[in-house]
Amino acid sequence: MYKRVTFRDPLLPYLLVLPQMAITLIFFIWPASQALYQSLLRQDAFGLRTQFVGLENFARLLGDPLYLNSFQVTLVFSLAVTFSGLAFGLLFAVMADRVIKGAATYKTLLIWPYAVAPAIAGVLWWFLFNPTIGILAYLLRSIGYDWNHAVDGTDALILVIVAATWKQVSYNFLFFLAGLQAIPKSLIEAAAIDGAGPARRFWTIVFPLLSPTTFFLLVVNMVYAFFETFGVIHATTSGGPGQATTILVYKVFNDGFIGLDLGSSAAQSVILMAIVITLTMIQFRFIERRVQY
Amino acid sequence: MAEIGMSAVKKRYGDTEVIHGIDVAIADGEFIVIVGPSGCGKSTLLRMVAGLETVTEGEISIGGRVVNRLEPKERDIAMVFQNYALYPHMSVFDNMAYGLKIARTPKQEIRARVEEAARLLELDGLLERKPRQLSGGQRQRVAMGRAIVRQPAVFLFDEPLSNLDAKLRVQMRLEIKQLQRKLGTTSLYVTHDQIEAMTLADRLIVMNQGVAEQIDTPMAVYERPETTFVAGFIGSPAMNFLAGRVGAGGHGLSLPGGATITDKGADLSGLAERPVTLGVRPEHLIAVAEAEAELRLAVELVETLGADTLAHGRPVGAEGADDAGALGGEAPGLITVRLPGLATVREGDRLPLRLAEGELHLFDRESGRRLADL
Repeated sequence: MYKRVTFRDPLLPYLLVLPQMAITLIFFIWPASQALYQSLLRQDAFGLRTQFVGLENFARLLGDPLYLNSFQVTLVFSLAVTFSGLAFGLLFAVMADRVIKGAATYKTLLIWPYAVAPAIAGVLWWFLFNPTIGILAYLLRSIGYDWNHAVDGTDALILVIVAATWKQVSYNFLFFLAGLQAIPKSLIEAAAIDGAGPARRFWTIVFPLLSPTTFFLLVVNMVYAFFETFGVIHATTSGGPGQATTILVYKVFNDGFIGLDLGSSAAQSVILMAIVITLTMIQFRFIERRVQY
Repeated sequence: MAEIGMSAVKKRYGDTEVIHGIDVAIADGEFIVIVGPSGCGKSTLLRMVAGLETVTEGEISIGGRVVNRLEPKERDIAMVFQNYALYPHMSVFDNMAYGLKIARTPKQEIRARVEEAARLLELDGLLERKPRQLSGGQRQRVAMGRAIVRQPAVFLFDEPLSNLDAKLRVQMRLEIKQLQRKLGTTSLYVTHDQIEAMTLADRLIVMNQGVAEQIDTPMAVYERPETTFVAGFIGSPAMNFLAGRVGAGGHGLSLPGGATITDKGADLSGLAERPVTLGVRPEHLIAVAEAEAELRLAVELVETLGADTLAHGRPVGAEGADDAGALGGEAPGLITVRLPGLATVREGDRLPLRLAEGELHLFDRESGRRLADL
């Protein structure tokens, strides 16, 4: 039963929702509509002349091999970040769930990377993998692999994937740990008595019971990889070498603020916005209905 | 089918010993109930048999095989948990079939066994449902079914009925009993409910603070409790305890309030002048005419239950004292009398009582151990 609240003053309820509405309007609706409007315009680099061009910006983007390539890079990047982020998060959570002594310290340490700014995380890994001074590059060379992310596109992509994953593992770890701890111990014991070994217990009992958490994290990580990894890329590869690590968000920045092609940049933002809206909708639809037991 | 043996079984967590050495031999097909208050170690003992807790010291054997170091799955047991522990993402069928699938039982046999168990437990139409679509009683049955289909040597029950409402509990209690009779599987059942314990058990293990106080049939435990703990724990309303002292030369017994009773023919010569605890069940205090009274009760409270009436009070002559000489039964310091039917006793009455011969229990005041019956 919902408790119905009645206000004597008809104005009060509107005043109460006003702050929230104001924030949404100023920080979301306004910029979003600006982007939408901007995406239909073409402007010269100095902003002296503006021309309405309709959907031409979008048409040009979809025919641009560089943009399509960026789409592909984004897909590889975000799938890799999401998958490895989830896998490591789950692995660490399962391990931490079994630790008894020093569990608090262990957990705290695992959560720390989340507090590191994206750019710092990027630089950190950039140093570790630096072909001249990086310890990891040195180790790789000693096993016969000549690592150089400044030249090799694949190396560069791996570097940003590692840095972006590293930062997100903490987040996934926290959610998985909470999910694991919500599973009643007696279920695991019942499965043990039913004859299931540890691996089997995990895949037939624990993993299915974690599926709501996993699905939630899947969407959150996709969104993270799509949008929040700008700092990592900007601080390490700047989208290079060539276009090897130019993900969609980075291309928005590059075309808009470096190339000063604001119309194209805005059109790219609108496409990204459509993607994130779709992802969110899938999440809400799916998580409410299917991934339940 | 298997017998279970425990010899000097102990459990320690760090420096704290929670089970102080249990010895018991359970015959094939026997229904054993472990009963005791919370924290007495009964669940821990069961979990050690299941293999969910390690055995610190001593030996547990199932079917003549020492199982101390065996994994739960190697022990040929099935367990029913208090919260049922059904796999929430699996259907009733899959819940019951899980253990069989792991054991690589042929598909047809799995289906046959699950369906048979479902018939036995009246779960026929529910096999495709998920646990959350079932009522408490049905979930309980699925948990039982999951144990039955595996045809284990031993059933372990960890307070399986305590999450059900009172009416359902009585019904499931009977069903468990019938089922166990039909299957003849050795069963170990943990509960804190003494009625469940009395009705289900072939033999009881009454536990208190990690010690098995008495191991015997329900009636023997009821009629000849070995310690004051057992005497007070089994039976409802609880047994009354009175502080007494055996008379000189072992003749008679003096009670609080100056009352004395005879030794009723029992030989108490070895206990002369000894401080004792006299235990008497509420139904063994009989209301009599004033002239025949051995003890008079100042009634403070009357409870009418229909079939009988409970009168609570203190022995006359000892009303003022704090412990009133009564060591307590149902309530501290009070003595309870069970009177048949709708007895006409009122609060403030003085109730003359006689103690039923042959139904009195004498315990050592210090150790609480049984000394003699009167």
